[in-house]
Amino acid sequence: MEWETVIGLEVHVSLSTRSKLFSGTASEFGAAANTQANIFDLALPGTLPVLNKEALRMAVRFGLAIGAEISKRSVFDRKNYFYPDLPKGYQVTQLDFPTVGKGALSITLGDGSEKVIGVTRAHIEENAGKSLHEEFHGMSGIDLNRAGEPLLEIVSEPEIRSAEEAVAYLKKLHSIVRYLDISDAIMAQGSMRCDVNVSIRPKGETELGTRTEIKNINSFRFVEKAIHSEVLRQQEVIEDGGKITQETRRYDANKDITTAMRSKEVENDYRYFPEPDLLPVEIDDSFIEAIRAELPELPDQKQARFIAEYGLSSYDAGVLTSSREMADFFETVARVGNDAKLAANWVTGDLQALLNKNNWEITQSPIQAERLGTLVARIVDKTVSGKIAKSLFETMLDDPAAVNDIIEREGLKQVTDSGAIEKLVDEVIANSPDQVQQFRDGKEQVLGYLVGQAMKLSQGKANPGQVNQLLRDKLKT
Amino acid sequence: MIEQTAAELSAALSRGEVSSVELTQAYLDRIGKYNEALNAFITVCEESALAQARQADDRRARGDASPLLGVPLAHKDIFCTEGVLTTCGSKILNNFISPYDATVVERFNGSGAVMLGKTNMDEFAMGSSNETSFFGPVRNPWDRERVPGGSSGGSAAAVAADLCAMATGTDTGGSIRQPAAFCGITGFKPSYGRVSRWGMIAFASSLDQAGPLCKSAEDAALMSNVMAGLDPKDSTSIDLPVPDYTASLGDSLEGLKIGLPRQHFAEGLSAGVEQGIRDALAEFEKLGATIKEIDLPNNHLSVSAYYVVAPAEASANLSRFDGVRYGYRCEDPVDLEDMYKRTRSEGFGEEVKRRILVGTYALSAGYYDAYYRKAQKIRRLIKQDFVEAFSEVDVVIGPTSPHTAFTLGAKSDPVTMYLEDIYTIAVNLAGLPGISIPAGLVGGLPIGMHIVGSDFAEAKVLNVAHQFQQQTDWHRRKPALNGEEA
Amino acid sequence: MALDKSEVEKIAQLARLHISAEEAEEVAGRITDILALIDQMQAVDTSQVEALAHPLDVVQRLRADEVTEQDRRDALQELAPASEDGLYLVPRVIE
Repeated sequence: MEWETVIGLEVHVSLSTRSKLFSGTASEFGAAANTQANIFDLALPGTLPVLNKEALRMAVRFGLAIGAEISKRSVFDRKNYFYPDLPKGYQVTQLDFPTVGKGALSITLGDGSEKVIGVTRAHIEENAGKSLHEEFHGMSGIDLNRAGEPLLEIVSEPEIRSAEEAVAYLKKLHSIVRYLDISDAIMAQGSMRCDVNVSIRPKGETELGTRTEIKNINSFRFVEKAIHSEVLRQQEVIEDGGKITQETRRYDANKDITTAMRSKEVENDYRYFPEPDLLPVEIDDSFIEAIRAELPELPDQKQARFIAEYGLSSYDAGVLTSSREMADFFETVARVGNDAKLAANWVTGDLQALLNKNNWEITQSPIQAERLGTLVARIVDKTVSGKIAKSLFETMLDDPAAVNDIIEREGLKQVTDSGAIEKLVDEVIANSPDQVQQFRDGKEQVLGYLVGQAMKLSQGKANPGQVNQLLRDKLKT
Repeated sequence: MIEQTAAELSAALSRGEVSSVELTQAYLDRIGKYNEALNAFITVCEESALAQARQADDRRARGDASPLLGVPLAHKDIFCTEGVLTTCGSKILNNFISPYDATVVERFNGSGAVMLGKTNMDEFAMGSSNETSFFGPVRNPWDRERVPGGSSGGSAAAVAADLCAMATGTDTGGSIRQPAAFCGITGFKPSYGRVSRWGMIAFASSLDQAGPLCKSAEDAALMSNVMAGLDPKDSTSIDLPVPDYTASLGDSLEGLKIGLPRQHFAEGLSAGVEQGIRDALAEFEKLGATIKEIDLPNNHLSVSAYYVVAPAEASANLSRFDGVRYGYRCEDPVDLEDMYKRTRSEGFGEEVKRRILVGTYALSAGYYDAYYRKAQKIRRLIKQDFVEAFSEVDVVIGPTSPHTAFTLGAKSDPVTMYLEDIYTIAVNLAGLPGISIPAGLVGGLPIGMHIVGSDFAEAKVLNVAHQFQQQTDWHRRKPALNGEEA
Repeated sequence: MALDKSEVEKIAQLARLHISAEEAEEVAGRITDILALIDQMQAVDTSQVEALAHPLDVVQRLRADEVTEQDRRDALQELAPASEDGLYLVPRVIE
């Protein structure tokens, strides 16, 4: 049977506010255990929440970026459950009236086509702390630094049809929140987390199958693998005549399988009710419009501009706008180098290959954008040949000197002095009588060999166009 | 001198007739003498009280004339006090030394008032008799076989027995006003949002409100001047200007329109209390007020709605008591579940557990609409009743409680106990200001008159109460404590 | 609405309270009485009434995103029943 996969994602991103969602405690990654846990965060009796305005602004910023409905009135609710990393015994979240309503974002599929994925809602909520499972005389240690950190939970429609689409959607979300500067969205640090709802159904069927939820996957690659593995599992279960149980599962990356989480603790009666320590949040048009006015250029807009302004291909423009840092890097190279297409070739070509090889982000590039721009500029003004530029690039990796100084010092300048080139040409003609004869007999291809000899003699520095021209002139006479 | 009102003590202090240290010592002595019998205090802070008193005397010597400077008070043990045991009347907080001050405490400290200690209360403020306290019941100074009312029973008894000049309390369904009535003192619940709830251990967040228990409406005004006002730390604290509540105490009641709710003078009200209140009302007529009967048609539903809303909110508010970060933890838990369950079952008393269960049930899947949402709708109807009433009258007056203080153990059935607050609960559901003032004695026991104002009409309520106290001396009556010295 | 023992056990589990089998009967009875009191409100038609979550008709104030709290870990952990290396200790958490 042919199966169709149906996926919905719930993505949590931690908002990069300075302080927590409801308290004035610092909210930074990596602090010593419980040094960012004060009286409210520890749920001491008598403490009360006050909403962080920046968290609300960030949620609205996200909503506007995905063209979502922004709620003028949102309400916080208590979600009740006991867990040692949840100090109050309830999580404050938004159940019925989230700040961000329906929106959408588009992803690019492998064949280059676009697909729009609906976003059901995005709501603001508190993060929980962390349970550490290493040995403390048979006990667990609780670190509440993360407790009360602001999160935005972004819920997609079940419109994702494959693991690849899921990853494309996640990468797009990642890119948007980073463009908006509302989250670091670093999966390895937990500032972006993903729960995946997966179900399968026979192709053509419109009813949804029973879904399972895979919790807390912490890398793009694992999302992809977890979905592949879960889809296979579901197919096997159904094809063996079984039924899918609606349950929460966990992805085991070592074994590349998903396993059901202990069901004893899965009690779904969260007894939501409006948080009485907080009042309804109301925002007006001026609040929203002020945020809209400050929205940065977003990936889709930037990509369109790169195509229009720089004449780049859609693919290159997509690669170059995948992150704001990448786009900024490219634009600097293009500006300094004064040739956008050449700049794009260098950034997506040699530079990207280097980054990939070392598993570096663009922000870790050993060659700064200005230096790469200068390299491009020297190609454009014919100071160096394209071929020499490649070795110049290699030199620049270890040599922090100014690009122009390296060219000067290493004698990499292209030779354009016609007297010097004439000498080279004469020498080649003198040393290659057979080839000269062949050319004169009408075998035009031999010219390439002769040009190559001349270039070799010049150690690559002669301007190949000039060499070509002069050889022709001399051989015709 | 210790029997005097805070206003009178303040005047004596400013005239130099007594020092705060002398006054503080006098109250501490009296606490030493009577607290064992009354059980009004859980914690007495002798050393820090005397240190505060010395500071107050210094401040006064330097010309500081803050009204409550050097006046000794007691805080209900529901308010967090830095460095001082804060139990909320519960075993689960039996070892909790608060690392911070409630805003109310901070404000009184700033005013120069001297904190004598922390008063006994129903556990987590859940009770109307002060019998649910882990620290044992408080005795009514008027008759030690009787309850002082609750949940601020310790504060009410302490004020009535002159163990302090004034005290703080909290009122979720009548917890300031009913004990004030039973103990023959003045107890005032301001409008919801008037006084910060920061540092006040939550029972039911949308109902809880702090207020004074004291010896006169004037004292209530002085204390409200300290307590009221916006607190950025409490989202539900309201950003409204706070008038000087003493400024309007002397306003004439000529032309005042008083509403008597028919529903508060109906079946269930004891004859003695009814007569006492009707007699007291005659005083208002002498002052030029007019009285008319009004209807609060949904009042009878207030107890029902309250016993959904309050337990529901409480069930979540009390989830934080889990034995992880502070407070009691059971011995040798075998696993996490065992730790949660035994900690909470051993740490909470019967009534608290009962209300947690009721609240959990009311919020649980399938019942939310029938209980919680329904109760919130009833709450709207009750609020509307008052809005309509206040379109016709300036204040609503009736009895605070259907009867005088009952004997310990008389109301062992929860439902009977819940109905104790039949006249006060609607005021919390609607968020209004209400005061109980002494209005007579029946069988040697005080009765309380309940005066309710519209939203944020604290000044009016205090004015009406004060004018009554200018004409009567019920608030000056004292229980006889002699002969039962500890 | 009457509550039976099994429902009491269910809500006790949600609330993390231990109710022994002997207690459950009495607790169920008490709560049933309370529910009878509560159920008086069911007689009123509220289909046209809007719920009132809060007595105040005002909206949430917003706090500037500033760090106002200092680290007080050591003092605060003195309140804890069990802590070590800056962590709160609880019986092992099994996911």
